[in-house]
Amino acid sequence: MLKTFKLGGVHPPENKFSAGKKIEQLPIPKTVTIPIGQHIGAPAQIIVKRGDEVKVGQVIAKAGGFVSANIHSSVSGKVKKLDETVDGSGYRRPSVVIDVEGDEWLDTIDKSDTFDKEIKLSAEEITKKVMENGIVGLGGATFPTHVKLSVPAGKNVSYLIINAVECEPYLTADHQLMLEKGDEIFLGTQLLMKALGVTEAIIGIENNKPDAISHLENLAKKYSGIKIQGLKVKYPQGGEKQLIKALINREVPSGGLPLDVGCVVQNVGTAFAVYEAVQKNKPLLERVVSVTGKSVKTPINLMVRIGTATSELVEAAGGLPEDSGKVVSGGPMMGKAMADLTTPIAKGSSGVLIFRNEEAGREKIHPCIRCANCVSVCPMGLEPYLLMTLTEKHDYDRVESERALDCIECGSCSYTCPSTRPLLDYIRLGKSTVSKIIRSRKQ
Amino acid sequence: MNKFKVSLSPHVHSGNSVNKVMYGVIIALLPALFVSVYYFGLGAIKVTLVAIAASVFFEYLFQRFMIKGESTIGDGSAILTGLLLAFNLPSSFPIWMIIVGSLVAIGIGKMSFGGLGNNPFNPALVGRVFLLISFPVDMTNWPKPQELVFSLVDADSGATPLALLKEKVGNGETVANALKDIPSYFDSFIGQVGGSLGEVSAAALIIGGIYMLMKKIISWHIPVSMIGSIAVLQAIFFLINPDKFADPAFHLLTGGILLGAIFMATDMVTSPMTPKGQIVFGVGIGLLTVFIRNFGAYPEGVSFAILIMNSLVPLINKSFTPKRFGEEVTNG
Repeated sequence: MLKTFKLGGVHPPENKFSAGKKIEQLPIPKTVTIPIGQHIGAPAQIIVKRGDEVKVGQVIAKAGGFVSANIHSSVSGKVKKLDETVDGSGYRRPSVVIDVEGDEWLDTIDKSDTFDKEIKLSAEEITKKVMENGIVGLGGATFPTHVKLSVPAGKNVSYLIINAVECEPYLTADHQLMLEKGDEIFLGTQLLMKALGVTEAIIGIENNKPDAISHLENLAKKYSGIKIQGLKVKYPQGGEKQLIKALINREVPSGGLPLDVGCVVQNVGTAFAVYEAVQKNKPLLERVVSVTGKSVKTPINLMVRIGTATSELVEAAGGLPEDSGKVVSGGPMMGKAMADLTTPIAKGSSGVLIFRNEEAGREKIHPCIRCANCVSVCPMGLEPYLLMTLTEKHDYDRVESERALDCIECGSCSYTCPSTRPLLDYIRLGKSTVSKIIRSRKQ
Repeated sequence: MNKFKVSLSPHVHSGNSVNKVMYGVIIALLPALFVSVYYFGLGAIKVTLVAIAASVFFEYLFQRFMIKGESTIGDGSAILTGLLLAFNLPSSFPIWMIIVGSLVAIGIGKMSFGGLGNNPFNPALVGRVFLLISFPVDMTNWPKPQELVFSLVDADSGATPLALLKEKVGNGETVANALKDIPSYFDSFIGQVGGSLGEVSAAALIIGGIYMLMKKIISWHIPVSMIGSIAVLQAIFFLINPDKFADPAFHLLTGGILLGAIFMATDMVTSPMTPKGQIVFGVGIGLLTVFIRNFGAYPEGVSFAILIMNSLVPLINKSFTPKRFGEEVTNG
């Protein structure tokens, strides 16, 4: 029986052009630019300086607090300079530029491809390994994984949920990873279960990936406590609140966390990274990225070292198409547009999506005809048209009381609006203003 | 360096547009238009063309000289208002009155509030009610439908079944006596009943409604709650005194209930935003219609009922918000 969430949702065309393309290793570039601050939380502190020799896997920036993550060198070579770079999320951040020399790894890392299925470490040791190796959520939110594994006293976790929905159109990185690294994903899931002390895990996959569902269902027989659940295709099912609702019919309360309903949600790519971090002692220094788009010559899934410039990935996919008008880091619904192709790949980059010129612009804004489409597609039960109007009028008390902060920014409202109104743009503005007001209230 | 466009997500759009919505409704009205041309002949074509042309013309004038914005006649909404106004008129209606009705519908009903999306009342109904009050004789004198397609002969005219009912029951006759000469229910359903252009065929209106449901232009909530509440309340009256009150099937198949429920009350701009609100809205229209038809001075009450409920839409929107995610926490 396929499941899904009830409230709202849309069905954008899937356009998964890179589906079924084997993950290829992108050659190591001549230089990498590793942004510092690839995660949610406190920025990491750079501990290398110009001229330092670094090896693959060496820490170059230390976590700046508990909710933060280490950042490792993804290459070996010499630190060329400490710089500032605009990253995939559009912010100018400190970065470390490294000139690549050879490919020399720290000896503590097991580079081999052999599958190591014996869990030797205790729950605390697993969490510590995850923390040391800089693992963050790879679904795009980049929340430090060890924080999610450190369950506060008084909270009970009954389920680990593995998010393998990949509901964004175009993207296929998780899909391909499941097909190629199934055993590793299961072991990573078991490591996460052990760290959390839970006996049940559910992997949720949308049924536009039937090969991944049947592959994992076959493997699941070997691993106890892990269930595969097929899901009806509906965006934004990969939102953790929607996924929890779909899988176990619990609703995370407004302003709450999955922990409040006894769940921890981890992305399927994160499960793989946890396997590598714990069993192979390998830090998060590369990830799978889909390079795709309607005009892209060879849509492709690449294993890419963190810090590689986007232009290198585009070359590997057959070069930048002539009619390119917009390049997005991530998927079409929630991804961020890049200013140029120098933007480095970071831990949260799941895709490079190239839009044609004619797809890149926006349509003219028409008056709201009160069709209520935005209300009916909102997966959080909000009224986007109202939030936009209230933000336009600077009525932030009501923006707050109409629960703008519940908005998960999935973009379904703007997607569906027949008047092509920039609903989400205004809601973001309303949200950030309300957040500022709430912060100033606390002081 | 390549120059790319940079904008916030989402980067894709469904392709839905105001034009598609408006032309979708217009397509849904075509079956009813064909039936009315079949029964009312060139008169129907004349009324329709004049109403559309005048509506588009006035939309252009008001947009150009009053609102001073870019022309909006391409969005299809003025064509739709004209078409809906025509559907509310008899085929024998004088041309100059149609033009006055269009002026009121577009000018007062829509553009005086700022144009598309800002009007609280359904513009076509504003036009219709204005004409009904101003020219009551011309508005209630309906040619009888008689397969007049492409004939220039004027049809016999007469009162609608609802008017007959009102008059005769008002004079003390029983319902059965008053309605002995009206067409059968089957004829009413297919389209043999006197009335305005859009009221002639229930079947054609329902086909249009199904088309709009399939295209997701409307949802079922307003039509079903409106028709359902009329059926239930009228059935109660009928069971209490069948001599004074006609049965619900008669009411549903005559007059403007189907046109109102499927095309007028569902007007996006002037109806509530949430399913719950839409049901309240539909039930309100249904109850008001039954009361006006049975106890009011006018034989027909759909237009008044819709306009009254239009005025309550802001209040309904405020009272019936959607169910927020995480509001009632279900843990199990």
